[in-house]
Amino acid sequence: MSLGDSATPLGRARGLGSAHHGGEHWLTERVTSIALLLLGVWLIASLLLLPQLDQRTVLEWLRAPSAAIPMALLIVIGFKHALDGMKVVIDDYVHGPGNNFALNTLMLFLAVGAGALALFALARIAFGTVA
Amino acid sequence: MNNTSSRPLSPHLTVWRWGPHMVVSILHRATGVALSFAGLGILTWWLWALANGADSYAAFGKAAAHPLGLIVLIGLTWSFFQHLLSGIRHLVMDTGQGFELGVNKTMAILTIVGSLLLTALVWFYLLGGVK
Repeated sequence: MSLGDSATPLGRARGLGSAHHGGEHWLTERVTSIALLLLGVWLIASLLLLPQLDQRTVLEWLRAPSAAIPMALLIVIGFKHALDGMKVVIDDYVHGPGNNFALNTLMLFLAVGAGALALFALARIAFGTVA
Repeated sequence: MNNTSSRPLSPHLTVWRWGPHMVVSILHRATGVALSFAGLGILTWWLWALANGADSYAAFGKAAAHPLGLIVLIGLTWSFFQHLLSGIRHLVMDTGQGFELGVNKTMAILTIVGSLLLTALVWFYLLGGVK
């Protein structure tokens, strides 16, 4: 990043440039990816280790905090990472400011909406209101 | 796209010669999109079906066991491993390493070999009578 000679000493120290942001999205994508590496492998390994994948067995496994908590993390971090990734794709291919904003907003609504569905279903399972 | 100017072109599928690193790069994006929509969509459907009673879970199970459903699930398993291994490669490259042509090409090929191998292991275990 190069700030011109006109930058104030404070501005140069902050090193943010005129947009005042930009690093967070990139860094968040990487940090969530490391979390998802662990959570994704956890999900696949857990499903493989279950004796069967019928409803009773899966519910019994997922009801326990040892599975419900990582699943909640997987849902929240997974949708966040998907949203951040889709933003990169959309920003690369959709250049018109109106269409870009509309698509990114649609993705936000989809991610938050589907994430809420998944969390609500998990809550019903974990808090024992499923027969 | 306006190609009449003599300015350099940015990376683009129709401009760059295909090679392992490029295949892996575009696969990272494609598998990311697949996991965002189909992957998280099916995870949400699965949780919703689990929470919603026997009929709902049976409907999910029927769709999952259908040949088309199996193709989608196997495809998503491969997408997950490809995105995971390719993501690790990107994390390595984020530290400034692995840009030498030979190393870069080898890492790219290894992500494909690894993802196919892991997918085969998981589904051999699930379908191959181990369960």
